[in-house]
Amino acid sequence: MDLFIAIFTGTIIAATPLIFAALGELVVEKSGVLNLGIEGMMLVGAAVAVWMHFAGFSMPVAILTATLAGSVASLIFAVLALTFATNQYAAGLALAILGSGISAYIGRGFGGAPIDGLSSISIPVISEIPIIGPLFFQYDPLVYLSYLMFACICWFLYRTKAGLVVRTVGESPESSHAIGFSVIRIRYMTTMFGGAMAGLGGAYLSIAYTPLWVENMTAGKGWIALALVVFATWRPTRIILGAWLFGAMTIFQLHGQALGFALPTEVLSAIPYLATIVVLVIISRNREILKLHFPASLAKPFKPSG
Amino acid sequence: MTPRLELQNISKRYPSVQANDGISLQVMPGEVHAILGENGAGKSTLMKIIYGIVRADEGEIFCNGQPIGVHKPTLSRKLGIEMVHQHFALFESVTVAENIAISFGGKYDIVKLSQQVSEVSERYGLPVNPRSLVHHLSVGERQRVEIVRCLLQNPKVLILDEPTSVLTPQAVSRLFETLRLLAAEGCSILYISHKLYEVKELCDTATVLRDGRVTGTISPKKTSTAEIAQLMVGTDLPQTVKKASKISDEHALVIRNVTTSSEDQFGASLNDISLSVRRGEIVGIAGVSGNGQAELERLISGETTLNDAESIQLFEQPIAHLDAGKRRDLGLAFIPVERLGRGAVPSHRLNENAVLTAYRLNMVENGLLKMNRANRFTEKVIKKFGVKANGLESVASSLSGGNLQKYIVGREIEQNPKFLLVAQPTWGLDVGAAAFVRQTLVNLCNSGTAVLVISEELDELFEICDRLLVLYQGRLSQSFQCNETSLEEIGILMAGATAVGSDNTRTSVHASSD
Repeated sequence: MDLFIAIFTGTIIAATPLIFAALGELVVEKSGVLNLGIEGMMLVGAAVAVWMHFAGFSMPVAILTATLAGSVASLIFAVLALTFATNQYAAGLALAILGSGISAYIGRGFGGAPIDGLSSISIPVISEIPIIGPLFFQYDPLVYLSYLMFACICWFLYRTKAGLVVRTVGESPESSHAIGFSVIRIRYMTTMFGGAMAGLGGAYLSIAYTPLWVENMTAGKGWIALALVVFATWRPTRIILGAWLFGAMTIFQLHGQALGFALPTEVLSAIPYLATIVVLVIISRNREILKLHFPASLAKPFKPSG
Repeated sequence: MTPRLELQNISKRYPSVQANDGISLQVMPGEVHAILGENGAGKSTLMKIIYGIVRADEGEIFCNGQPIGVHKPTLSRKLGIEMVHQHFALFESVTVAENIAISFGGKYDIVKLSQQVSEVSERYGLPVNPRSLVHHLSVGERQRVEIVRCLLQNPKVLILDEPTSVLTPQAVSRLFETLRLLAAEGCSILYISHKLYEVKELCDTATVLRDGRVTGTISPKKTSTAEIAQLMVGTDLPQTVKKASKISDEHALVIRNVTTSSEDQFGASLNDISLSVRRGEIVGIAGVSGNGQAELERLISGETTLNDAESIQLFEQPIAHLDAGKRRDLGLAFIPVERLGRGAVPSHRLNENAVLTAYRLNMVENGLLKMNRANRFTEKVIKKFGVKANGLESVASSLSGGNLQKYIVGREIEQNPKFLLVAQPTWGLDVGAAAFVRQTLVNLCNSGTAVLVISEELDELFEICDRLLVLYQGRLSQSFQCNETSLEEIGILMAGATAVGSDNTRTSVHASSD
């Protein structure tokens, strides 16, 4: 039972940074913007969070600053891709590389130095319930925040007018413009939101998941988040499922290494990535559904006319 | 009375063309006002200026006597100017009600809005279900959604840009009823069209445009068709010169008893199709699209192949098993309905599009493209067929429908085909371009080519064809000599009646059970 609880909670925790980053990217892509720079923004968030911590700020302030930093980083992309309507792939890749560089620069002084990670909050009474308590009610606040964000994003996208506008901008910026929406402004807002969520995901890595800063510590999680959005066919629920799958595979792989499976560690480490992609590819094959959820203008530069 | 809408000296210049040149017009409350002109006359640009999507270089717009300053679609809607676009500005992935909600201010309440949609659609005879996903709607239904959206705003001016180009005749007459009802309630309607007879039927006044200028403001019900056409085209309407029949006995295309089942669940399957086209003959397939037209097209072009090679023959050679490329090698040419995407690659230049089918004219050597030959060929087509384009490097999608069709027709004909299949040759073309294309087909036939035309336009088929067959629900009727049958007879067959005759003289026509 203890092993099960360990695997379950490990899964939830490993999935959290992905949930933040992928949900953020979902909103960005729903508005028709493809920001490939998640990895870079996560790294910036991760480095800034630890930096703030060492500068003596409290955890909430560190997390908030990291979130803002991710958002600011996304502005670099936004200016290139939205204001100047350059190629979004190129602008996103540039941000991914730049973010990795900037984060390494920020983290020069404290690389590898462990910190006191974000402590979990034990919700009174219910966290004491056997099994249920440790399974669901003994996480750090950011884990709960990630599910709150999930609920908010679902509500926003499918129940509010602003969410409808985001979706329609993603399907046809030309028509949205014709109706009178400011496509560029809306896309700036979604892009910065996506950046903030990526920054938050990065901060989670460096102050909760493995509480320290190491260069390139995201180890491709930004790219997995990107893949999650695509293979989840742009649906929030599937993103959560995909993130859990990835988290579970990560934990199994760790336990596998501990138990001494006869596979090289490199292969074991690759399993979560491979498994997530394979499963998502399989479930995302329904063309009809794909067509309804796919933001048709994704990655196409838009310049308002007239 | 103050005009609801007044334009004074509107001018708009694009880099290569003067779209509007000093256009002035007035629209009164409750008036149905047509903007009539050929494709490229500047109608759509003018409407975009009125609606505020495009800004005019010069001139002023007045609404109820007040000048409109900085113009934007949002301002238009505040003033009660609504527009039904030619290409619908609908979002496919959301529902009808959501589509309408998005352009509405105020509280976001889908349930209440759905009710209003149902009310308006009932009142004006525009059936739409507010909960359907737009993705699943037909073109006609989508247009109704657009109109309902506009009507919900209680418009003072309603702009319709070529609203009937996608509608069936029945839907057109229903639309007209709706528009008349609206006008009677005091709404001004700006009706953009190049279809003369529609304007004559519906509109009180018409402003005729040609090359961006107003050539006349007329009362279409009192002005003769010839006179209006003259204002539109600038010259008298060209008449297709019908040839003297010199049909040879040699069969170009023969189809024998072909039956297919359609892969598309909404498509029709072909049922026991037999057909022959001789050299020097134009044969027409009449019928409303969706009765197997697309399937017949693919069957002959080679996009669909059959195992039984003998069932289709081109100059006595079995071709039913051959793909489109091999059939073209044997002298078949094909002009599809969809100009962009099937007839030409939208994002490719004209010379590149030439290579697609005309590469057989030595444009490829050892696998390498000879672009100079493609260029010469493209230039020849542009010149000979009067294609208005920004040179041979212009992108296919930048051409107007008529000019692109001229280009595709030219490209196919310049390859000297022995058999030409053409589907809806003048769909969406203006009078001038349509006449040109028809004359071209007749000339081609005179030079000995066999031509098969699939078209919905009966007048057109009667104008150019020697023989006619009707395709209805996947079945072909018997063949009629054009000069021995009538529009009415063919029209009835198109609507689903069957001709029954024991011999060549048709004795009775009765409605079929379905």
